[in-house]
Amino acid sequence: MANLQQNSNNPKASYEYRRKKHAEEMRMQVITFTMMIFFTVIAFAAVGAGFSKWFIIPFVLLLAVVQVIFQLYYFMHMSHKGHEAAQLFMYSGVLVGFITILTFLTIIWW
Amino acid sequence: MSTIAHTQKRGFAGTVWEYLTTVDHKKIAILYLLAGGFFFIVGGIEAMMIRIQLAVPNNDFVSAGLFNEIITMHGTTMIFLAAMPLLFAFMNAVMPLQIGARDVAFPFINALGFWLFFFGGLFLNLSWFLGGAPDAGWTSYASLSLASEGHGIDFYALGLQISGFGTLMGGINFLVTIINMRAPGMTYMRMPLFTWTTFVASALILFAFPPLTVGLFMLIFDRMFGSGFFDVAMGGNTIIWEHFFWIFGHPEVYILVLPAFGIFSEIFPTFSRKRLFGYSSMVFATVLIGFLGFMVWAHHMFTTGLGPIANAIFAVATMAIAVPTGIKIFNWIMTIWGGSIQFTVPMLYAIAFIPSFVMGGVTGVMQAAAPADYQLHDTYFIVAHFHYVIVGGIVLGLIGGAHFYWPLMFGTMLSEKLGKITFVLFLVGFHLTFFIQHFLGLMGMPRRVWTFLPGQGLETGNLISSIGAAFMAVGIIIMLINIVITQKNNVQVGRDPWKDGRTLEWALPSPTPFYNFKQLPLVRGLDPFWIEKMEGKTEMTPAEPIGDIHMPNNSFIPFVISLGLFIAAFGAMYQMDDKAWAIPVLVIGMAVTFGAMLVRSIKDDHGFHIHKEDLLEEDGKGGTR
Amino acid sequence: MAAEQKFTQQTWPESPEQATLEGKNKFLGFWLFLGGETVLFASLFATYLALKDSVPSDSHAKATDLFELPLVFLMTMLLLTSSLTSVFAMYHMKNYNFKKMQTWLFITVALGLGFLGCEIYEFNHYYHEYKHTFTSSAFGSAFYTLVGFHGGHVVFGLSWIIALMIRNARRGLNLYNAPKFYLASLYWHFIDVVWVFIFTVVYLMGMVG
Repeated sequence: MANLQQNSNNPKASYEYRRKKHAEEMRMQVITFTMMIFFTVIAFAAVGAGFSKWFIIPFVLLLAVVQVIFQLYYFMHMSHKGHEAAQLFMYSGVLVGFITILTFLTIIWW
Repeated sequence: MSTIAHTQKRGFAGTVWEYLTTVDHKKIAILYLLAGGFFFIVGGIEAMMIRIQLAVPNNDFVSAGLFNEIITMHGTTMIFLAAMPLLFAFMNAVMPLQIGARDVAFPFINALGFWLFFFGGLFLNLSWFLGGAPDAGWTSYASLSLASEGHGIDFYALGLQISGFGTLMGGINFLVTIINMRAPGMTYMRMPLFTWTTFVASALILFAFPPLTVGLFMLIFDRMFGSGFFDVAMGGNTIIWEHFFWIFGHPEVYILVLPAFGIFSEIFPTFSRKRLFGYSSMVFATVLIGFLGFMVWAHHMFTTGLGPIANAIFAVATMAIAVPTGIKIFNWIMTIWGGSIQFTVPMLYAIAFIPSFVMGGVTGVMQAAAPADYQLHDTYFIVAHFHYVIVGGIVLGLIGGAHFYWPLMFGTMLSEKLGKITFVLFLVGFHLTFFIQHFLGLMGMPRRVWTFLPGQGLETGNLISSIGAAFMAVGIIIMLINIVITQKNNVQVGRDPWKDGRTLEWALPSPTPFYNFKQLPLVRGLDPFWIEKMEGKTEMTPAEPIGDIHMPNNSFIPFVISLGLFIAAFGAMYQMDDKAWAIPVLVIGMAVTFGAMLVRSIKDDHGFHIHKEDLLEEDGKGGTR
Repeated sequence: MAAEQKFTQQTWPESPEQATLEGKNKFLGFWLFLGGETVLFASLFATYLALKDSVPSDSHAKATDLFELPLVFLMTMLLLTSSLTSVFAMYHMKNYNFKKMQTWLFITVALGLGFLGCEIYEFNHYYHEYKHTFTSSAFGSAFYTLVGFHGGHVVFGLSWIIALMIRNARRGLNLYNAPKFYLASLYWHFIDVVWVFIFTVVYLMGMVG
């Protein structure tokens, strides 16, 4: 397999530097996780507290979207380099999916 | 395994085994061509039966029920089992060579995609022998398809589901190949148009097939497992199926026609000896068509009663697609303009394509006007329109492409003389068949009708239409004769058989070595082979020294995975009849599939290397032709 | 062969999942697949929203009757935590620490199994308490199809991770299996992404009617 490639981002990065970077990233991910748990708790609490549905529905949807962005960018590393094509196709998928959902909420003859 | 032993002679059984296990994109292309060609003939026979039945009024050549089965299977077969696989054949044969790749990104998945398509198509067509084919039209609208008796619709849903998985895998494979495996210097804006259209069509497959998958699952669940998605009595909604079908179905039109556009965009510059006019606007138009293709599906549902706002939005979006398509038409004409034109068979198809397709496009814009569509809906006008688009666009592209790429795939050249006879018969037959159908539709002849009465002014038109169909059939038969004669004579034509090849695939020796490129070529611009030829060279400049080449191993697992689903489909279908053996068959089939996947997952497959020494030795022996 | 080459923590590349062409292809192909899966689940969500509470008669259970917050909260916590543990596993994969990676993957699998157990209990509960089944109404069909497809993905993801763990238990990490581990973890995160929308759209929005 002649395709073994040196990491082009920073080929000379030392071992310690990389370990440190990974640890840094790990800290970031733990913070993200804490926030995700926090958002989830708020969302459940909002429903449990029995607010009006005109408040709850947009609120929990917003929290879900933020959570998913965290998940995609921090847990799935979409913020890293080399994810351009991945982003293009994920967003295209989201667009098509959004149009589908919009359709099924509006023009299916209730 | 490391030598070039692959080129040695094999017996018949050996050849069959090679094709059952192959992961080479060039061989998979031939498999797609054979299977797609077979289904094209089957669909063509069904078309002839339709035209015989409708040749004269009050005909009873086939019964009304059988007629419904024939029209359903004609549409389904032609779209899913003929046009798509035939395009996949050319994508597989040409695209990796055009971008200077040694193989596709996922050779194993490529083979799996073929076998899934094949077994899905086989399953669908077995319905003819197992109690009747599907009869709810190729769109299989839910209320009708839920009411259909027998197993026809079950064959439709399960068969398309299996072959749909294969198509989705093929799409992902092509996308990754194009993004990751281009040769040095092959930037996006140097990619040949056929590669670009393959790219956009594959992206459409990626996003259009999941809605079909979901819709088919719901149809399967409703018919076989008692759910209520489309059953109004259970609170279901039949419009859901229509939306899913067309969210898939409209992009499908572009999945088919874009690669055909790509083939023509290769043929025009080659036989005009000019570079493609407006290359970047062609790329832009392709991407724009792909994008807009997702925004217009509801124009198939204008008469469903979606309301004036929805109809207006979709009408405008539909008309907008005419703009990028128009850009393409003008670019093709400007490519021919002032060129040094050779009227070879592929070029004839390409030139005939322009007016034929424009006619289909213009009637499309007519129907895009929602009020007019209320009049045209479900008449023969629609039949005429989409046959002008599909035959005038895609089938002309497929036949023209077959003549154009035949030397690349088989090393032989189809007879120009017989090719021209086929062309004339097919083109005349095509216009004879479908042009008159516009007027039949305007006179009120409904689509999918089994027969018609005398004295309503429909006799002459239908007779002319049937005569035209016979012309097309004769044309195709002559093409088959042409193929048989050519392959029997087997005159090898060597490298760059058209003499004016512009892109990388023509720079390869013929027959193409199984590793494609001994050294990856250096691409210095659009039409790289033409650039080299203009500088007096006969070969591409290599971008790397000769070295070991990594190749994937053949595998029988794709066949087994697909076979498992094929078996499971029978179990899923017959369990609704309370047959005792059905559930075990379903379980066994799934076990075969997942077992084969597990074996694939845990058994390492590193492929093998062709060593540098062997490559050099081969050079010394025969050299490159 | 490079794919089976032995590494040390020092020589292990920065992005082992993309260090070979095969790895790169798999990585991109899998992301594209996830793009397609997004559309697949969007279609299921769309159907669910269209058929929500669409039942043949008033005797059938509706969303507000069915769902209970505590169980869904527990399931959410299990799955969110398993997402974090699989991040830990990938952290150790990047540091070429095979043992710790296996440990965290094991915890991920355990949490995933816990989630699956809850889901089975939940479905069983709906069936016995409310006679809410796949065939009872269009609402039931849409609910079980959406949540069941997600559950099916959980089952597949767990089988995948377990198969990888057992297959590679003896030989450790190399550039041939690193992309496989990475993709399995991506798949697991994607399952979590879908669940975030399921608990929001199906359960929380179902509770408020």
